[in-house]
Amino acid sequence: MSGKALTGRYHRITGEVVSIPPRFPAPRTWAVLFGVSLLLVALLVVSVTVLFIRGPGIWGNNIPVGWGFPISNYIWWLGIGHAGTLISAMLLLMQENWRNSLNRFAEAMTLFAVTCGGLYPIIHLGRPWYFYWMAPYPSTMGVWPQFRSPLTWDFFAVLTYLIVSLCFWYIGLVPDLAAARDRASKRRWQVFFGIFALGWRGSGRHWLRWRQAYVITAAIAVPLVVSVHSEISMLFAAGPIPGWNSTVFPPYFVLGAAFSGFAVVTMLAVMVRSLLGLKDLVTERHLDMLGRMVLATGLMTGFGYVAEVFNAAYAGGYELDTLMDRFAGPYAWSFWGAVLFNFGPLQLLWRRKARVAPIPAFLIGLSVAVGMWLERYMLLVSSLYRDWLESSAHLFHATFWDWSLYLGFIGLFLAAFLLFVRFLPVISQFEIKEALEEKARG
Amino acid sequence: MAKLEPAFLVGEFAEPEPMLAAARTLREDGWRVELHSPFPVKGMQEALGFHERTVPHAFVFGGIGGALAGFAVQVYANLAYPLDVGGRPLIAVPAFMLITFEVMVLGAVLSGIATMFARNRLPRLHHPLFDAARFHLASDNRFFVSLVLDGHSEGEGRAVLGRLGAASVSKVGGELPE
Repeated sequence: MSGKALTGRYHRITGEVVSIPPRFPAPRTWAVLFGVSLLLVALLVVSVTVLFIRGPGIWGNNIPVGWGFPISNYIWWLGIGHAGTLISAMLLLMQENWRNSLNRFAEAMTLFAVTCGGLYPIIHLGRPWYFYWMAPYPSTMGVWPQFRSPLTWDFFAVLTYLIVSLCFWYIGLVPDLAAARDRASKRRWQVFFGIFALGWRGSGRHWLRWRQAYVITAAIAVPLVVSVHSEISMLFAAGPIPGWNSTVFPPYFVLGAAFSGFAVVTMLAVMVRSLLGLKDLVTERHLDMLGRMVLATGLMTGFGYVAEVFNAAYAGGYELDTLMDRFAGPYAWSFWGAVLFNFGPLQLLWRRKARVAPIPAFLIGLSVAVGMWLERYMLLVSSLYRDWLESSAHLFHATFWDWSLYLGFIGLFLAAFLLFVRFLPVISQFEIKEALEEKARG
Repeated sequence: MAKLEPAFLVGEFAEPEPMLAAARTLREDGWRVELHSPFPVKGMQEALGFHERTVPHAFVFGGIGGALAGFAVQVYANLAYPLDVGGRPLIAVPAFMLITFEVMVLGAVLSGIATMFARNRLPRLHHPLFDAARFHLASDNRFFVSLVLDGHSEGEGRAVLGRLGAASVSKVGGELPE
């Protein structure tokens, strides 16, 4: 491609990406979707209000299942979030340029998913206004957190993850905000983009320092993801509960997280591409690569299932009892449901046709999201409900308020994501140009 | 007294290579040069003679500081408020490693990114360069070289930029801020 054609193409890419907020291509569809998610947010507000007035007793949680939906949904949300970091950071380090069309909204997905997830343990506290007791601060009570407990590890892990994801997303966004500022014609957009672009002017030395910071943050973010989700698995596996094996759980959870996250990224990619008409930037190739990622991480998660079964069979005793109970006990539906939804439709992804067709790709992603939710539910409930004493074994049944809160958080996630799509550059246009430049000039 | 902003000459280029070549030549001739491009261009580092390692060092020191602080607060808290759990050791190093790691990451990332912004002198919402006529294209598809006019005449700068292939040259700054 000649130099002139290339710079012409840069101009079109800039226009295509940064003109989305001021001249939104699908205002009606957006308004309908946003309206629906606001209704769900209203449900969230009601659920949380009722919860704060009446306490966690409105949920199905009991003893021994002291952690119900709040913890299984927490893990589900965080797992989804991890794929955003992996797409963005891991593929940046491996110089896989196809990530450039996906990383921005995948990172936004991470932020919103971690926010939804992170709120769950706080509202689960019963007295959520004391959540800051988790932080080590010199209180007049002279009390400090129990640092040998996974619950305290969790506070640090999730807080760090949220802050690092936010920083990574934002510094990646600054140059695009500057491009949007320079293209904006209305005053309110100029001010909005101008403030958040921080006065970025594309200086060479700025770029070089920016690149150093961006790449090193990416290099740190990959092990961070592994540490955060391993730690979350320790919330379960650090205790002596059958079915929660501390040597299987960390990698099993990390891979399951990546699996569910890539599935949700696929769903969002299909949505962003058709809502914003970005079919030339989010192409079939991107859906193809995402499908391969979902398939690969799905098969690794499948290996986790096998490892769990093998370990339980090898250990025998209570481990084997729990395994048999998962196969055929009162929660067998969640086990077989997880197997079916996770690994059934997934097999279609072996075929390229299913990977690149938007609607099948979306539906397979949805199936995986449901399957992974069932898996988290199954792992939690089936291990907890049968306590050591017959008298303290109780079935767990989710109540209306469990479901309403969950739906409400889905609404919050969607509303935040739709606001992001509406007001910020959803695609990293400067990285696409950079990759084109390098490809053209070698 | 308000400080006088320096004056800049801004030369526009259609493609990255001439921009890099111009920057290299001008820098070797003793000008204070800066580049402006829509994306990081390969070869910028050599063209600008950029060898700074401050940002990577800030990550390292922030990480070391974070790890020490994370570990220290756990040791201190366990000594100040001992929780005896079945006689297990208070200073349980393996159990402290996760938080030490997380605070290390947090320290590294915050210090590295803060240093990046500080060294870039950002945020700075306005800069004289934004007054250059076509400078808004620096975030689109054009490539710019800016020179600081200290100790050189404007004519000299215009001549050399023209010779190096700049499509247009404009002068900004050099006035008292309003």
